[in-house]
Amino acid sequence: MSLLRPLLEPVIQPALDKATAIIPMHWQIRGAHAFQGLKQRAGRARPIPVFRETPLPDVSTLALRDIDVSNPFLYRQGLWHSYFRRLRDECPVHYQGNSPFGPFWSVTRYEDIMFVDTHHDLFSAEPIISIGPQPEGLELETFIAMDPPKHDVQRQAVQGVVAPKNLAQMESLIRSRTADVLNQLPVNEPFDWVQKVSIDLTSRMLATLLDFPLDQRHKLAYWSDVAASPPEATGGLSNTDEAFDVATDMARTLSLLWREKEARLAAGEEPGFDLISLLLANDSTRTMINRPMEFMGNMVLLIVGGNDTTRNSMTGGVLALNQFPDEFAKLKKNPALIPNMVSEIIRWQTPLAYMRRVAKQDVTLNGATIRKGDKVVMWYASGNRDERAFDEDPDRFIIDRKNARKHLSFGFGVHRCMGNRLAEMQLRILWEEILKRFDHIEVLEEPGYVQSNFVRGYTRMQVKLTAKT
Amino acid sequence: MGQITFIEHNGTEHVVNIEEGQSLMQAAVDNDVPGIDADCGGACACGTCHVIVDQHWIQATGGIQADEQGMLGLTPEKTETSRLSCQVTVTEHLDGMVVRLPEFQM
Repeated sequence: MSLLRPLLEPVIQPALDKATAIIPMHWQIRGAHAFQGLKQRAGRARPIPVFRETPLPDVSTLALRDIDVSNPFLYRQGLWHSYFRRLRDECPVHYQGNSPFGPFWSVTRYEDIMFVDTHHDLFSAEPIISIGPQPEGLELETFIAMDPPKHDVQRQAVQGVVAPKNLAQMESLIRSRTADVLNQLPVNEPFDWVQKVSIDLTSRMLATLLDFPLDQRHKLAYWSDVAASPPEATGGLSNTDEAFDVATDMARTLSLLWREKEARLAAGEEPGFDLISLLLANDSTRTMINRPMEFMGNMVLLIVGGNDTTRNSMTGGVLALNQFPDEFAKLKKNPALIPNMVSEIIRWQTPLAYMRRVAKQDVTLNGATIRKGDKVVMWYASGNRDERAFDEDPDRFIIDRKNARKHLSFGFGVHRCMGNRLAEMQLRILWEEILKRFDHIEVLEEPGYVQSNFVRGYTRMQVKLTAKT
Repeated sequence: MGQITFIEHNGTEHVVNIEEGQSLMQAAVDNDVPGIDADCGGACACGTCHVIVDQHWIQATGGIQADEQGMLGLTPEKTETSRLSCQVTVTEHLDGMVVRLPEFQM
């Protein structure tokens, strides 16, 4: 949908399409922002929930119907294990009728999640995959939240960015950047692993995928953080004005990048393997710039998808090895375990807690009757700790766990993570390079946790390195 | 019952014995053929047991369902004769078949 539509409702469609193609995208977003402000002042906007943190009760004191796993403080307060264990055991397909995000079903067991994820004929990914809606006026169109066949067309246009040829080329680049970052770290003194390693490495990678100026890579991380944390969508900390400001800046910066690429291609330059070049090379996406919500949606998808996930797995791996020191010893003795450990890190961390669907018809799932139109949340974070699927104590971090690769963190079915192999490669290389240099990474205090029901991440984690002797 | 040859992307060949009724993916996994990840365990839901069937054998592997077509559409290495090996049932008609593995399982 065009951003201008609410402003120009009575104008006919061809005129609208023409307008969106001519008026710079960031002006359109400004316009939508102004319109949203008017709506708010007139009391016509949708109310936005406000979250204040209070200590959550022990789950054993709650009635089943009062359990609300959408609470954005559940992860931060370390209570999610017990809440989800109770649901898995007592009410695996659970209805919460009264959350700040509206009513929703929680699917908590591995097998049931697999069923929902692989039945896109029964469960739609539209209009969005967070529990709550996107900010009003900023409803982006992205293929993670589209059903086939439209999904297939859009995904196929961009998945070449992680094709084998590209991955092979990226490996040496990732290794040299990882080495650079690790070589500059202080030894024997405290520093924040999140800032200095996880954020820096993932934003460098994103800059490469987008052919974005490396010295401005901090913007990508900031945009991603804001895009993933509207309170009404995920219970996060961004606000509507900030979201519109970021969208405006993104639109301006990325459409400039697009136009520059377009001009260089027109002048006969060989197309690169970055995302924008790929979109420009494909007939179905060549004019995407004229469809702002779709253009922005694809950019946000790649930026969020390649940012929070890998970033928090980079931090989570260090934390896990500190909580399970025997595994650290096992790893040092046998670095050949790194690839399997990478899968185990992604299982243990589950950097995105869930994906949301909407039932397209009445469906009976594990005894519960889900009605057409109901929201259905597949809690990957719970399925990855399901005792029925992971028989070796699923809460433990075991780097040589036999079936670590079957984790749900990438999703299954047509929406399976597009960047999974790139993510695994980044994490594998990070650990290979860490083991070459350091004998120990000590976590010095409890890390800071992100406020969100979606992103399971870290705001800071103080560590101290010991050099290899 | 017979044999099927899996050829890795680097050219390494693996000749495995097959059993009637099992899936081609299971035959590969049981015989430790590297490069068949099968993350979803055979649910046609991950695309990591992708094989490229020799032209002469593609008919014998049977029909392809929409689900499999959809998952194959997600891999940049898809070819005309691509199959998900978890969706191919081994029969005596496949004795002697040759399949190649892609560079990456996506």
